[in-house]
Amino acid sequence: MLKKRIIPCLDIKDGRTVKGINFVGIRDAGDPIELAKKYVAQGADELVFLDITATVEKRKTLINLVDKIAREINIPFTVGGGINAVDDVRALLKAGADKVSINSSAVKRPELIAEIAKEFGSQCVVIAIDTKYEDDEWMVFIHGGRKGTGLKTVDWAKRAEALGAGEILLTSMNSDGTTAGFAIDITAKVAEAVNIPVIASGGAGKEAHFKEVFEKTKATGGLAATIFHYDKISIPDLKEYLTTKNINVRR
Amino acid sequence: MIAIIKYNAGNISSVQNALARLGYDSVITDDKSTIQSASKVIFPGVGEASSAMNYLREKNLDGLLLSLQQPMLGICLGLQLMCKHSEEGNTNCLGIFDANVKRFPPTEIVPHTGWNSFSNLKSLLFKDIKKENDVYYVHSYYAEECKETVATCDYILPFSAGLQKDNFYATQFHPEKSAGIGEQILKNFLSL
Repeated sequence: MLKKRIIPCLDIKDGRTVKGINFVGIRDAGDPIELAKKYVAQGADELVFLDITATVEKRKTLINLVDKIAREINIPFTVGGGINAVDDVRALLKAGADKVSINSSAVKRPELIAEIAKEFGSQCVVIAIDTKYEDDEWMVFIHGGRKGTGLKTVDWAKRAEALGAGEILLTSMNSDGTTAGFAIDITAKVAEAVNIPVIASGGAGKEAHFKEVFEKTKATGGLAATIFHYDKISIPDLKEYLTTKNINVRR
Repeated sequence: MIAIIKYNAGNISSVQNALARLGYDSVITDDKSTIQSASKVIFPGVGEASSAMNYLREKNLDGLLLSLQQPMLGICLGLQLMCKHSEEGNTNCLGIFDANVKRFPPTEIVPHTGWNSFSNLKSLLFKDIKKENDVYYVHSYYAEECKETVATCDYILPFSAGLQKDNFYATQFHPEKSAGIGEQILKNFLSL
């Protein structure tokens, strides 16, 4: 039986792990290499690493950090932030990433999804969607949530799948960092609309939130940062809890 | 020296990192003599079948791989390219294993992504591995079960999670990304 995945996420700014609330008020959460090692030892199923302030100048720093983390971990490793071209993907894979997460650049130029999928396979392409509920509609935002796109979230998810995305990482900006629970409504809608894996992200605050998202939506993974970074929930305790609730996870 | 076959595919560095963590030096290469003289050969891969086979043919590596006598381990796309034919890009593959590679029917989420178990373990590759363990898979195509199947996984339908014929070994899952159990499988291969 395929297991539900528990995925810690490291948001990186200037080489440090950071975390904000609703995408603002960012504070330091520790050394990314130490956190990565800790999560692997605790039984994390994958690791996601997002450079939230990626720029061309900082790209070398990012590659070095990806290389250092990749040497340490023996589970799948997704890297995102500032990826605009097939060559960016090649460099990250060479540094030891297994998948890349694309967000703003895919919205601006959707063909990028197809280009990466053709070169490295669909399984390598994770489309990250930051979504916000506005005027009775879940809409797509880019540039770290700062810029609206006019795209409806479900429509964009379906388009990304058609272009060759292998996975969708769906973050609710309304929930992110609030620890008030995943956005069940839009997660369910997106996971129903596509036939590729959907990872729910944003808002996890307690163990029951993971149970809720796995029971009420077709999401196959739950991603969180705050609760893991600040030891509000440990991954082993979370997996123990989910097992008692008859949700299959890797032990 | 362990040779990791270089071709135009994805996360080859992951394999090299995994070997380094186990204390083994390796070289990523498409050089024929380096591959021929290696003690072990790893044929990794994520990517697309037809472009990967084209690359192997351009470099004249297809015949070389078939002639290898030392243990060789195919991983993921590597396993699929060691089969007869793949539906991906309608590709004639190396034909080491007597199985065809097909696309999963879309009755469940495809690609099959995440940790899943395996059973019917029948190879030295799986020495000291308990069958209830989970390993990491990510693939949209699968190899049918055949007489060389040495591990089975069930997702949508039963398929070959492991294959072995003589010195040719292969896993559909990624041992380099399968935590401690994956390390044990790589160690078993390296001890052959």
